[in-house]
Amino acid sequence: MAVGRKKISCPPSAEGTALSEKDISERRVTFFEDHPNLVYSWTAGQAMSRFLNELKNGKLIATKCEKCERIIFPPRIYCELCYKPIDGWVYVKDTGTVQTFSISYIDPDARPLEKPVIVAVIAVDGASPNMGIMHILGEVEPEKVYIGMRVKAVWKPENEREGAITDIKYWKPLEG
Amino acid sequence: MEVETVKGLKFHKKQDVAIVGAGMTTFKRRLLETGKELSYFAVKQALEEAGLDIKDIEMVVMGSAPDAFDGTALKGEYLLDGAGGSDRPYLRVFVGGGTGVFAPIAGYWHVASGLADVCLVVCEEKMSCCYPHPQSAFKYIWDPILDRPLKPNLIWIFALEMRRYMHVNNIRHEDIALVSVKNKANALDHPCAQVAEKITVEDVLNSEPMALPVRRLDVSPPSDGAAALIMVAPHIARQLTDDPVWVTGVGWALDTTHWTNRDLYFPRYVAEAAKMAYRMAHITDPRKQIDVAEPYDPFDYKELHHMEGLGLAKKGEAPILTREGITARDGDLPVCPSGGLLGVGNPIAAAMGVKACEIYWQLAYRAGKRQVAKEVTTGVCQAWGDLMQVGTVMVMSNKR
Repeated sequence: MAVGRKKISCPPSAEGTALSEKDISERRVTFFEDHPNLVYSWTAGQAMSRFLNELKNGKLIATKCEKCERIIFPPRIYCELCYKPIDGWVYVKDTGTVQTFSISYIDPDARPLEKPVIVAVIAVDGASPNMGIMHILGEVEPEKVYIGMRVKAVWKPENEREGAITDIKYWKPLEG
Repeated sequence: MEVETVKGLKFHKKQDVAIVGAGMTTFKRRLLETGKELSYFAVKQALEEAGLDIKDIEMVVMGSAPDAFDGTALKGEYLLDGAGGSDRPYLRVFVGGGTGVFAPIAGYWHVASGLADVCLVVCEEKMSCCYPHPQSAFKYIWDPILDRPLKPNLIWIFALEMRRYMHVNNIRHEDIALVSVKNKANALDHPCAQVAEKITVEDVLNSEPMALPVRRLDVSPPSDGAAALIMVAPHIARQLTDDPVWVTGVGWALDTTHWTNRDLYFPRYVAEAAKMAYRMAHITDPRKQIDVAEPYDPFDYKELHHMEGLGLAKKGEAPILTREGITARDGDLPVCPSGGLLGVGNPIAAAMGVKACEIYWQLAYRAGKRQVAKEVTTGVCQAWGDLMQVGTVMVMSNKR
């Protein structure tokens, strides 16, 4: 073993060469470009297939566990706390309460959005406390949204539903 | 139903674990060097500080976050040679942003179990490869069925958590912005820093809105960089130095992936991980027993959130400690004296350089201009990641 420690008063030594955006765009440095194009098909599985098919009917479905007495939403085929199969399926309401929200000015690639999107976590009525989903809010001004606001799902027309979470267009305030 | 669980009760280590060297590269938005080259730079510094040669390294742990950033699947293998991992047992670990403390935890297993007497831990991230912005890779961590059709940006999840935290504890954005002001100023003393600057609370509150309440200056930047640590058994540490830093406790925990089923105001995953690490380190009152802390601060509110998870402040109390200057570098409980991710930069896994490495340097009294004013014995570092569900915690001490 190479014993013999060197006394370095203040590591680290900050090695590395910083580049600017222009170094790439004006090809001042050597680089290699590639555009991977991978295509995926995700099977929805047992729980989510049933959930998505119920969306076509304009309904939200959950599962229940009789041991911990939870109504589990979004549904799964097992209770992860009791670690046992669920005991059945139950419909929950398409109304709920805003748990938290954000007003987003950026798209998935961090590009600016023309019109901000209001996103919220909505605890759904009929499910156990805190059991909610993320979704979009509409028909409301950003400054009018508050935590605890009651909201209701606005569905696409039946013939346009395709069994996706976007079959709910958005959630709108229940009153006013 | 609230379930109280304590993990890590039965723990019999073969030997104690000391840290004897660390290194890191500069953190920048875009670096010329490849991930392999950055790993090499960080490892060379750590070896030099420890007074060791690569031949002395028995096993290597590599930490690196999503393959999608580098666009290279099997990234651990891709980085192998630069990280000094060839021809020896080598393992890549990954828990998203939590990797920066999880990789040293994995290094700790290697030595504590007696499998290795000298273990090198390397963390690397090169986010700039993903073009034009690494956010495009982040969209693939969302659930493909429930979340992705809503066209989310990863910032959403933090904005939702920040709003909930502010609402439940009645905290104003001004109080949260103080964290960004403190950390970016602390980073002025860090030679590797990417976004060190003197800013004001008003600068934060008036910066460009991203996903409100999150604004530009509430967020750490994407970065390229690498960091390294060397962990050894006591009989090796004795040969190398009179003042090693000991790892006295490790803990990690994950909360449910169904994140819309959690109450986002409190990081239960951090509290569980801290409970495990503190039990191992015989810490019963973290606020009194911990002298310096590096909680994970990719967002300003996260430092406060994590301080509360780590038991360094009561629920809702962290902003008060910040406002009173207690968490400043010359305060009673210095928090993120390195400048953190907000000031030095956020190369996901390589954030180890400002978390585990910084606590090592602070406890070894080798942090130079960043050295905290008070006398230090015990420090804690923590990271967080995956779908904002993992807490990774490491406690260190310069007393065995």
